[in-house]
Amino acid sequence: MKHPLLFLENISKSFPGVKALKGVSFTLEAGSIHALMGENGAGKSTLMKCLFGVYEKDEGKIFLCGKEVDFKNSKAALENGVAMVHQELNQAQDLTVMDNIWLGRFPRIGGLPIVSHKEMYRKTRELFEKLGISIDPRARVGSLPVSKRQLIEIAKAVSYEAKVIVLDEPTSSLTEREAEKLFKITDMLKKEGCGIIYISHKMEEILRICDTVTVMRDGEIIDTLRAKDIDTDEIIRLMVGRTLTERYPQKLNTPGEVMLEIKNLSDRSERLKDININLKKGEILGIAGLDGAGRSELFEAIFGLRKLNSGKIILDGKELSVTSPKEAIKEGFAYLTEERRKSGIFSILPLVENTTISSLKDYRYGPLLSSRKMVRTTREYIEKMKVKTPSEKTKILALSGGNQQKVILSRWLLTDPKVLLLDEPTRGIDVGAKYEIYKLIISLAQNGRGVIVVSSEMGELFGICDRLYVMSGGRISGELSVKEATQEKIMAMASRFV
Amino acid sequence: MNMKNYFNNINNKIKSIPSSVKGSIENFKNKTPDEKISYISNALLNNAMYIIIFIAVITIAIIEPSFLSVASIVNIISLTAAKLPIALGIGGAIVLSGTDISAGRAVGLTAVITASLLQSTDYMNKMFPNLPTLPIIVVILAVIATGALIGAVNGFFVAKFRLHPFIVTLSTQLVIFGAILLYLQIGSNGGQTLSGLDDSYINFISGTLFRINGISVPKYVLYSVIITIIMWFVWNKTIFGKNMFAVGSNEDAARVSGVNVFKTIVLVFMLAGALYGITGFIESARIGSSASYTGLNYESDAIAACVIGGVSFVGGTGKIGGIVIGVLLLQIIFVGLNFISIDQNMLYIIKGAIILLACSIDMRKYLARR
Repeated sequence: MKHPLLFLENISKSFPGVKALKGVSFTLEAGSIHALMGENGAGKSTLMKCLFGVYEKDEGKIFLCGKEVDFKNSKAALENGVAMVHQELNQAQDLTVMDNIWLGRFPRIGGLPIVSHKEMYRKTRELFEKLGISIDPRARVGSLPVSKRQLIEIAKAVSYEAKVIVLDEPTSSLTEREAEKLFKITDMLKKEGCGIIYISHKMEEILRICDTVTVMRDGEIIDTLRAKDIDTDEIIRLMVGRTLTERYPQKLNTPGEVMLEIKNLSDRSERLKDININLKKGEILGIAGLDGAGRSELFEAIFGLRKLNSGKIILDGKELSVTSPKEAIKEGFAYLTEERRKSGIFSILPLVENTTISSLKDYRYGPLLSSRKMVRTTREYIEKMKVKTPSEKTKILALSGGNQQKVILSRWLLTDPKVLLLDEPTRGIDVGAKYEIYKLIISLAQNGRGVIVVSSEMGELFGICDRLYVMSGGRISGELSVKEATQEKIMAMASRFV
Repeated sequence: MNMKNYFNNINNKIKSIPSSVKGSIENFKNKTPDEKISYISNALLNNAMYIIIFIAVITIAIIEPSFLSVASIVNIISLTAAKLPIALGIGGAIVLSGTDISAGRAVGLTAVITASLLQSTDYMNKMFPNLPTLPIIVVILAVIATGALIGAVNGFFVAKFRLHPFIVTLSTQLVIFGAILLYLQIGSNGGQTLSGLDDSYINFISGTLFRINGISVPKYVLYSVIITIIMWFVWNKTIFGKNMFAVGSNEDAARVSGVNVFKTIVLVFMLAGALYGITGFIESARIGSSASYTGLNYESDAIAACVIGGVSFVGGTGKIGGIVIGVLLLQIIFVGLNFISIDQNMLYIIKGAIILLACSIDMRKYLARR
């Protein structure tokens, strides 16, 4: 019997409090592109991390061409022909393209420990020609756009004669043309007998290029189907496990009059060009767009983290001149950042500090702070927001993503904001916690606050927003009420200035 | 009969163990042998520093019983008190995941300034012969201001130009050393050691606070205690303290949360500088003279004390109590090794080994979370 290229048998993995993978089995055939789909937190990345030895699996076996393997780290995997191209590229920015490809196995001059740059250049050119990539091997990686850096990673995988290549959201920051180029390469690799695991949320592209689709949910494989037998709705149904309408709570807020106006706003680094938007009291405003369209930058500009070139920000009829987050908070803004770990949580500090950091003034008596008051407030919010935690003294890194997000939201609610800027508020959060956060957002709007939500999940925007703006290339490329919005209309607007 | 009473006593004591401890004992009993071993080895490793110190104290006391005499203990406490302020200052810089290697020289400069301003009027080689006896408080404020100014410069370059504190303080430490040398050249001094300090100043620092068995405890122990208490409040009970930990833990998140990161960093270094000033002020009188080498390498002991006391270079963690223990443990070791007359040169090797060990144990907490 012929062995499959890669076979993951009965993989299980637990973290404190969660069973992230529950006996998952997955087969990848040679010469195929196999989509791995599922919502954030479904277990896709955990499964891949088990394959590459980033996590130690609790149970299960991995077979490569019928032989059992157990990689200790991603380098060991690569040397055995199993490669992964990450969404967040992990490259040595200051080195050249060819250095990055041959790092750790530089061609040498004779047997001496001296690198032969000539040989390295020749081999890189050869590799690029084969794949139809036009990049100067001597260019500094950090100077190249993400699309090219991604191709370099794929080329590197090919140079290791990788048989299994995992692509993690490869097109999330590519233009359509760049994506087409990528598909040509994946097609070629497929014809050469490689197996490609393709992780993506983009349905159309998956149905177009993939042969097989596996859907995961809550740490389990729900189904594996041939791509030509299914459609988008079917995949979504499998991913979510229930029909779409139940994913979002009932809309109870009613937008009032305009509270925030942004006029002709441009920033100094020209990431934002002539932005005009307004927000009504009690309204949930969505901002759609592709990665790099300037959505996060818009929030940064409003919040005083980005220097403005021109334009006005008018809140409740008063023109603001905010130059720091501290001032922005004073004016009534709150900003939930996209990257929770990088700019949201204070990972090694307890919940108390994480909750109260933005409202410390409220706990003062004289020059000192009242610990008792801080603890009381924190406990109150743990209860109110249903944060699952052993105590208020627990370090926040011990909590799950959803609970961490609730703590950061508590932090902002304690500043009593008029306008909340929420950047990907449910990224990396499981479905149950998502629902709770949606409910919270709606109740905030119900209380007359204005909410602006940036999200890459279209369903989320349709589910909770009243009105949408679409951004493209640093501009506002369209405005829609949720009733008239469709995925197609938004996609068309999102690629208008790309 | 006596024996029986004794056992009964122990039994009663065991019964009176609080339920939480009992709970953890029960927990322990329920573990598999493998888990037990890893639990014990973890417990041993996490407390390795204390265990080593404990063994060292016992060993030294057996070789040389006078190590545990009142005089010796008062000596250790006095030394600890003298080194505490500088360590408390550096601790703040480490909480920011930085460091401050200009601390020793800052102590040197402030010690020299103090000495020059507080020489007795009838001393022959007085640096400023016409200077009357200054009120002590004026000199204290002057050296605190000098230290804070050094800190402000350090903090400014760290916060404004995003330079690593190591680089900034490496540079300023050279500048300060140059300033010390130039200062000692003023007038007819010609670079000499400054001594002949005013009696009232010496008494203010090294005078007797109280006596234990006839052994004098110097006044600066009290000052050090007061400073430590104030610093505990600053770290734990003020907005500045909370902001410092937030910046040390995650600077980006702190900025987004409305913390003025620039101000916080500059203030941490200024506060540290002020504490170096106080250390210089105490050291000058404690030693009785000040010279260009005063304060040399003080920062390395202070940094070591912080790390041993659990102030992590990862940033965002550290306790005042930890720093006190760190300074105390280092002094116990230094004094103890002197007691059993270990070669002075060996001291450096042992010191280095202790710092490495302490850092390795500290990093274990952050490594290998698989």
